[in-house]
Amino acid sequence: MVATVAALLVALAAMIVSLGVGDFPMPLSDVLTVLLGGQGSTRRSAYVVLDLRLPRALGALAVGAAFGLSGAIVQRVVRNPLASPDVVGINAGAAVVAVFLVVVLGAGPHAVALGALAGAVATAAAIYLLSRRRGVTGYRLVLVGIGVTAMLSSVTAYLLNIANIYTAEQAAIWLSGSLAGRTWAQVVPVLIALAVLLPVALRLAGPLRALELGDDLARALGTRAEHARAGLLLTAVALAAVATAAAGPIAFVALAAPQIARRLVRERGLALVTSAAVGAALLAVADLAARRLLAPVELPVGVLTTVLGAPLLVWLLARANHVGRTG
Amino acid sequence: MSVLRAAGLGLGYEGRPVVAGLDLTVAPGRITAVVGPNACGKSTLLRGLARLLRPTAGTVLLDGRDIHRLSTREVAARVGMLPQQPTAPDGITVADLVARGRHPHQRWLRQWSAEDENAVAAAMVATGVTDLATRPVDELSGGQRQRVWIALVLAQETGLLLLDEPTTFLDLAHQLEVLDLLQDLNTAGRTVVAVLHDLNMACRYAHEIIAMRDGAVLAQGPPASVVDATMVEKVFGVRARVITDPTTGTPLVLPEPRPRP
Repeated sequence: MVATVAALLVALAAMIVSLGVGDFPMPLSDVLTVLLGGQGSTRRSAYVVLDLRLPRALGALAVGAAFGLSGAIVQRVVRNPLASPDVVGINAGAAVVAVFLVVVLGAGPHAVALGALAGAVATAAAIYLLSRRRGVTGYRLVLVGIGVTAMLSSVTAYLLNIANIYTAEQAAIWLSGSLAGRTWAQVVPVLIALAVLLPVALRLAGPLRALELGDDLARALGTRAEHARAGLLLTAVALAAVATAAAGPIAFVALAAPQIARRLVRERGLALVTSAAVGAALLAVADLAARRLLAPVELPVGVLTTVLGAPLLVWLLARANHVGRTG
Repeated sequence: MSVLRAAGLGLGYEGRPVVAGLDLTVAPGRITAVVGPNACGKSTLLRGLARLLRPTAGTVLLDGRDIHRLSTREVAARVGMLPQQPTAPDGITVADLVARGRHPHQRWLRQWSAEDENAVAAAMVATGVTDLATRPVDELSGGQRQRVWIALVLAQETGLLLLDEPTTFLDLAHQLEVLDLLQDLNTAGRTVVAVLHDLNMACRYAHEIIAMRDGAVLAQGPPASVVDATMVEKVFGVRARVITDPTTGTPLVLPEPRPRP
């Protein structure tokens, strides 16, 4: 509870700061006035805050929360801290379709978002079916996911090779994951998805608690194990897919947020809500840093999360090896 | 008290039959030990009785009704089952793990209640793990951990307990501890079915023995009338002398040493 509130406060603080900073800086009082429905000190304040910066800032929160929650569910269901949606290939599936649309069909941002959504869902379905043998287990899912990721990445690389330099650059920006220039049209779907899927995830938390004890015991405790697992994975995939469609395959948030959340929460519950809150805080802070670190040049936020997340992955792997189990 | 019965039961995995044409009734209010050589279908039978496996033939009846026509929750309210190797979530504490046994009693809108709290506390008292409540399960000894798992199944508050090899990997003292616990639970009114490897322990603690070989029941009944040299040879392929245990009066199996030149 404390951890969740703290993470939300960090996320909120990062959001409010990011509303004030940029090429058109404004005092904190102006930001707050505008948020509360006022005008601000200049004519442009309201427009800058509400139309230009708020969609992006809120988008960072929502996308981060969706990735965090998605990662928490996947890691719990397959009992493996490495099994987050970005590691097991859902992002690679979104990427291949998005890059195809940009490079071959010259599609616009909305078509790309829809294509990425479809790619993510189709890839998730393929990975699920390929790793299924009397139920889905952790390592098989991770290994199949890594294989599928490698295959899809080679297709993406080929597409980038045949593209002309302009579309290739456009595709590359999408691939690294960025929240720059996001409008309400891209952010609202993520907010709706969160509003629907967070309660669904909490509804499935009970079966998930039983599922963690192994399939036999879960069923002996009155859970329909395969149904519950499929429902949970579907929820996680939907969250990751919608978030990826809006912001591109931002790496490591889904992997890192649940890991951080679990270390923050004292009693070892599922920490689903905490993971979502930590994901929101992570991405809000990362996006603020991406905007301001090298200002006026802006980094894609995905680059920043990769730089920070990769060492975490190495540490998790080293620790898993050291303890002699996979978590 | 719930009665569990199998009629013409066939069980198997992906077309490979393990148990065929099996009939048995679990004696209500008693301790039943399922014995037999490795891979004879003991665990499969238990999984079938607990509705974890769909029969390929015949039925399992719980109080006269086909167990596969009852809902998962209805079965979970009456039959508790501890599989051979359940997994404890990383870092979970004893109290949290035992609390997960309350799952069948919880509903979406009625989450944790005083009733749940009492059931968990009672289960921890019965298994003697109350002092360990805040300890992480990974840090416990094998015997302690097994008692915690049994506490989880107890918290489920079912009249019937099915336990798959609850004493395997435990040293002698911890085996006795777990078996004494099962005896106490039975005295308190629960029906217990346990797969056991040690035939002498089974004779000591069980009221009923079910001896299996190659997926079929070769003998069923009280140890004193079922366990003899012929039965041991037939079930395990081992020549043995069976005498009366001087302390308990139950059969005691002494395998014959192999003949040496």
